Amino acid sequence: MNFNKVLKNAILVFVACLALSACATKKAGTGQMQGDVYTGTDSVEYLASGVPDRVFFATNESVLTTASRETLRKQAAWLRKNSKVTIVLEGHADERGTREYNLALGERRANAAKDYLMTYGISSDRISVLSYGKERPVDSASNPLSWSKNRRSVTVKAN
Amino acid sequence: MIKKIFLILIIFFPFNSYGLIKVDITRGNLNPLPLAVSPLAIDDNSKKEFEKILDKKNIGSEISTIVEKNLKTSGLFNPLNKEAFLQKPDIANLKPRFEDWQLIKAQALITGKVSYVDEKLRVEFRLWDILAGREMMALAFTTVPTNWRRVGHIISDKVYERLTGEKGYFDTRIIYVAEEGPKTQRVKKLAIMDQDGFNNKFLTLGNELVLTPRFNRTSQMVTYLSYFRNLPRVYLLDIETGTQEVVGDFPGMTFAPRFSPDGKKIIMSFAKDGNSDIYTMDLESRVVDRITNHPSIDTSPSYSPDGKYISFNSDRSGYQQIYVMDSNGKNVKRISFGNGLYGTPVWSPRGDLIAFTKLHKGKFYIGVMRTDGSGERLLTENFYQEAPSWSPNGRVLIFYRETKTDDKGEGFSAKLWSIDLTGYNERQVKTPTDASDPSWSSLLSN
Repeated sequence: MNFNKVLKNAILVFVACLALSACATKKAGTGQMQGDVYTGTDSVEYLASGVPDRVFFATNESVLTTASRETLRKQAAWLRKNSKVTIVLEGHADERGTREYNLALGERRANAAKDYLMTYGISSDRISVLSYGKERPVDSASNPLSWSKNRRSVTVKAN
Repeated sequence: MIKKIFLILIIFFPFNSYGLIKVDITRGNLNPLPLAVSPLAIDDNSKKEFEKILDKKNIGSEISTIVEKNLKTSGLFNPLNKEAFLQKPDIANLKPRFEDWQLIKAQALITGKVSYVDEKLRVEFRLWDILAGREMMALAFTTVPTNWRRVGHIISDKVYERLTGEKGYFDTRIIYVAEEGPKTQRVKKLAIMDQDGFNNKFLTLGNELVLTPRFNRTSQMVTYLSYFRNLPRVYLLDIETGTQEVVGDFPGMTFAPRFSPDGKKIIMSFAKDGNSDIYTMDLESRVVDRITNHPSIDTSPSYSPDGKYISFNSDRSGYQQIYVMDSNGKNVKRISFGNGLYGTPVWSPRGDLIAFTKLHKGKFYIGVMRTDGSGERLLTENFYQEAPSWSPNGRVLIFYRETKTDDKGEGFSAKLWSIDLTGYNERQVKTPTDASDPSWSSLLSN
């Protein structure tokens, strides 16, 4: 009985340690990621002061994160002010998927951004979509942080 | 581009249908058949003429080297060292002294003769069964001298077929994407080469991104994806004339093209508003049919060789998996149920297997399964590899493999590899530049 209790406690402590160390490594190794979505500013360019040009995605996902939606609202505000500007949304995937599937995934990501811009009043006439799949990574390293930078939709001025 | 080969096949003797040697190709062959490829005999006059035309000192031994290399690469044969041969090529071709060849443990022998006749290259060759002490096969053909490499491939195919009972795959070509430059700005060109890496030619200049070229099984047409004018669309290319045209008039990206087995249709994906579905276009009537209609990603379609079914990958289950449906899009059935993601299904030319790419726990695999999804076999594991394409006889798969880069992004390469259906005989297919997206042609001559 007693022994069992000790064992249970030991397991609890062990599990807690595991959880802690997992958190710790996550912070130490990838301070620029939340889950596997990139949250840093490396590679980000600006359409205008305070208007980042890109949003990032989780692996295999095209769902916009809270941060992505905030970025896109800034883009929409800027586009409303600059009503002559047309844009291309370039959708990208990381290198860890088959080429053709990634082309479709890049298209899906760029369209997620497009849909969001449209709900903030930007006409679809001003937006075109171009998927590069995994053909144009921004970071050429093969590690989770680099892959997170490459899973992106970039808003590019077309005129 | 390729000259129609001018071939006259003459059969000297009827084939013996009961040869004693037989190569077992149903399993991985760990004991390749020892055979001797004697240099093809050539007379002095012919030697001089061919040296003038082709700039090759001895075209007879050049052709036999091609045969030797092909048979060795197949993994089923072990061509013996020529230095051990006791009999001269010309005499061996007339009547081999079987004891001499038995002495070096050869079980089969290939001999032949090359001559210059009316400005043409005339080749005859014979295949001998050493143990039974008799001729198995004798053929002769005539062609333009510049076709000499193809002669070597055709002989290889005939020998392979005679000894294994299955068609060969040596007189074929590979179309692929040649790659250069940094990983973030790769320059990609369409390129084509003989199956053994010779006669490499670039078909586009690299001004626009090109991907996924695929042969038509019935002609010299290729379909591929080009980013011409930044509009990713499926194109058709006639590699004999060099003419290109966009396939259909789609208001968005078309990609992942392949031909139907009869060569009359293109099957591909069309992406619109974040959704990719599968479409076909009849190349003659231009009629477009929508085959799938689902809010998931449906792509990488491939027909069964009889044209009745289509395999494709879809993430309708939440993750990328392989499905099979009737060619009209009805009766969609998921067939991949193992752990991990499955993509790029390609139907074997024999119809019994589907080759695929699998991603599981951070590793990529090339594998095969039966068309109902049973009998999954993984042939090779690596950091990244995908896009298998079948040899025309369904024995060998060619695919591409990319290396993992370090944290500075250094050390990237992309190469073509081939592997036997059994999982044995994995080897790199040499290309002048980095390479990806290979597609294997059918046999050029039959």
